[in-house]
Amino acid sequence: MVSRRDFGLGVALAALLLAGGCEKDDPNEIKVGAYLSLSGADSTFGTDTREGIELAVEETNAAGGVKGKRIRVIYEDDKSTTHEAVQKVRQLVDRNKVVALLGEVASSRSLAGGLIANTSKVPMITPSSTAVSVTKNRHWVFRSCFTDDQQGAVGARFILEHLGRRRVGVFFAAQDPYSSGLARAFRAELKRLGGEIVVDKGYQKGETNFRTYLAELKAANPEVLFVPNYYNEMVLIARQAREVGIPGAMFVGGDGWDSSNLVEGAGAELEGAHFTNHYAPDVPWENSKKFVTAFAARYKHEPTSLTAQGYDAAKLLFDAIERAPETTPAAIRDAIAATKDFKGATGTMTMDDQHNANKPIVVVRIQDKKFVYATQILAE
Amino acid sequence: MNILEAVFTGITQGAMIALVALGYTMVYGVLKLINFAHSEVFMMAAYFGLVFLSLLIGDVSAVNGIVSPEAASSTFAGVFGALRGHPLAAAAAATVLAMLAASALGIGVERVAYKPLRGRGKGALVRVTPLVTALGMSVLLQNLAQLLFTARFRPYPQVLSGEVQVPGLGAITSSRALILGASIIVMIGLELIVKRTWFGKAMRALSANEEAARLMGVRTSRVISMTFALGSSLAALGAVLFCLDQSQVYPTMGVVIGTRAFVAAVLGGIGSITGAMLGGLLIGIIGELVKLTDYSGGVDVLVFLVLILVLLVRPAGLLGSTRTEKV
Repeated sequence: MVSRRDFGLGVALAALLLAGGCEKDDPNEIKVGAYLSLSGADSTFGTDTREGIELAVEETNAAGGVKGKRIRVIYEDDKSTTHEAVQKVRQLVDRNKVVALLGEVASSRSLAGGLIANTSKVPMITPSSTAVSVTKNRHWVFRSCFTDDQQGAVGARFILEHLGRRRVGVFFAAQDPYSSGLARAFRAELKRLGGEIVVDKGYQKGETNFRTYLAELKAANPEVLFVPNYYNEMVLIARQAREVGIPGAMFVGGDGWDSSNLVEGAGAELEGAHFTNHYAPDVPWENSKKFVTAFAARYKHEPTSLTAQGYDAAKLLFDAIERAPETTPAAIRDAIAATKDFKGATGTMTMDDQHNANKPIVVVRIQDKKFVYATQILAE
Repeated sequence: MNILEAVFTGITQGAMIALVALGYTMVYGVLKLINFAHSEVFMMAAYFGLVFLSLLIGDVSAVNGIVSPEAASSTFAGVFGALRGHPLAAAAAATVLAMLAASALGIGVERVAYKPLRGRGKGALVRVTPLVTALGMSVLLQNLAQLLFTARFRPYPQVLSGEVQVPGLGAITSSRALILGASIIVMIGLELIVKRTWFGKAMRALSANEEAARLMGVRTSRVISMTFALGSSLAALGAVLFCLDQSQVYPTMGVVIGTRAFVAAVLGGIGSITGAMLGGLLIGIIGELVKLTDYSGGVDVLVFLVLILVLLVRPAGLLGSTRTEKV
C-alpha cells in the first residue's frame, strides 16, 4: 500500500512537474499543431510528411515569418491509431492552444481528428486524406489534395482517353473504404463515358494469395485492370500476376501505390503500369522543381509525394494566416476557405466550397523501377 | 477447370495453415493452454528466414537496417557464402536455420512465460493466468519485432521462380509444389513421431494425465520443451514457405495466418493432430472456393460461419473427442 504521506508527496511532485512542463506563451510566436503517424504501422506516412512541414516552416521563418511572428509547429505522434489521433488533437487544442492543425495522412485518422477540430472550432488542413467524408459537412476541416471521387473519375478518363482502352477489369479490397470508394467513383465515370467493365471482383483486405482471383480476372480477358489499393498488397498482386501471365503494363492504380516499397518489391513486375497521384519527382511545374531542389539540399534525399503534400499543406496554411486579419482560429478558417490560385509544389490550388483543393491530378508511370511523370489531367 | 484450380490452390494454402495449426493443437494437447504467442513465433520465424536467406544468397537489400551490406560481405561471408549461386539449396538451408532459431524462441517463451506459472494458483486461475501471459507474450513479441525490424513491409527475395510439371494438373509454380511436398512429408513424419517414438508416447501420456505420467518416470518439463520446439519449428517451416510463395514480412503478419490456423485447429478438434491437418485443408479450400463467388470480398465471413456451424453440431470439432488421441 502507498501510505498517505507518500501519496501526498507524489501529488506534490506531479503538480511540480506539471507546472514546470507548462510553457510560457511567447507573444512573437504562432503555434500550429501537427498530429501524424510518426511511429507504428504507417510510420513512413508521418515521417515523410513531417519533413515537408519542417522545410516549409524553416523557409517561412527564414523569410521573416508570418505577420512578423515566428511559426512554431508542435508535432504529436498518434502511433498510427485512431484513438491516439483523437487524444493528440485534444491535447494540441486544449493544452497547447494552437491556432490551426495540420494532419493526418490516413483518412480514418483525419476523420477522427477532424471531428475534434470541428467541435473545438480550430481549422484543420489534411495534406493527403482523400476520402470524401473527411471534409464533408465539416465547417472547420479542409484538404490540400484531391478526393477519391475526383481521382477515380480521372483514372477512368485516363484509361479511355489516354490509353485508348475500353474493356476494363476492376479488382479492389472490399472492406477498405479507400479502395472500394475509389472503385465506385471509377465505375460510375467509366460507364458514363462508354467504357465496359468486363470483370469486377472484390478481395478481402489482408489477403495474400491472389492466384484464384487473378486467374478469374485473366479469363475475362480485359485490356486494363484497375486496382485501387495500397502498395503492400499491390506488391503481392503484381508478383502473382506475373505467374498467372498478366503483364504489369495492364495495371492502373491510385495514389495508394505511391511508395518506394512498391518498386523495391515488384518494380520489374509492374513495368509500364500507371497510377493517379498528387505529384511525381519529375513533374514539369516550376514550383515543384524549386521544392525538389530545396528539399534535396536540406535533407540529402529525394522527397516523396507525401513530403510534397505536407509542404504544401503547411505553406497554404501560413499563406492563409498571413492573409487573415487577425491570428484567431475563426479568421484563419475564413482565410483558408478563400484560398485562390495558391502556387504549391503539387500544383496550383483553389479551395472549392466543398473544402477540397482543386488542382491537376498527375498520372505516374512505373519505368525501370522508378516513378516517372506521364501526364496530368484536370479533375472536373 | 476453374474450380479444380481453386481447389488445388486451396490445398496448398490449407497445407500451410495446417503447419501452423499443428503448433496450437500440440501445445493444447499437452498443456491445455492456447498458446497465443504461437502466431508471433510464426512471424519471428519469417524474419529469421529472411535474414538467413538474404545472407545466404548474398543480397541484403531486403534486410537493410537489420544487417549492413559491409557486415554481410565481410563478417558473414565466410559462414554463409558457401551456397551463393544455389538458390534452392540456400532456401533449404535458410528454412532449416529459421526452424532451429524458432525452436529456441519457442522454448524460451515457454521457459519465461509459462513454466514459472505451472501448478500454481487455484481453480480457474490455473488455466486463466497462463492464457493471459500468453497474450502478453504475443503483444511483447509483436512490439519487439517492430522495434528490431521496423514496421515496414519487407519483400522476400524471389529465389524459387519457374514452374514444375505435375502429372494431371499441368504446370504449377515451384514454390507451391514445394509447399505441398514439404507439408505432406512433415505431416507423415509428425504422425510417425507421435505414434512410433518414445517422445511421442511421452507426449500422449502427458496429455492423458500429467501427474500419472510424471509418476511413471516421464520427464514432463523436457517433453513440454520438446513439444514447444517441435510446434515452433513447424510454424517456422510454414512461415518461410508462406513468404517464399506469397508474402512480405511485417510485424503484424502473425495475426492474419495465426487466426486462420487457430480456427483450423479448433475446427479439426483442438488437441487432435489429424484434426489440425484436416481443419487447415478445409479452411484453405473453402477460402479459395469463396473467391470464385460474388462474395469474394468476405472470405473470412464464410470461413467463420463454417466454424460456428461445425461447432454447433460437434462442439469438440470434427475429430476432437474427450477420450481418444489427445496429443
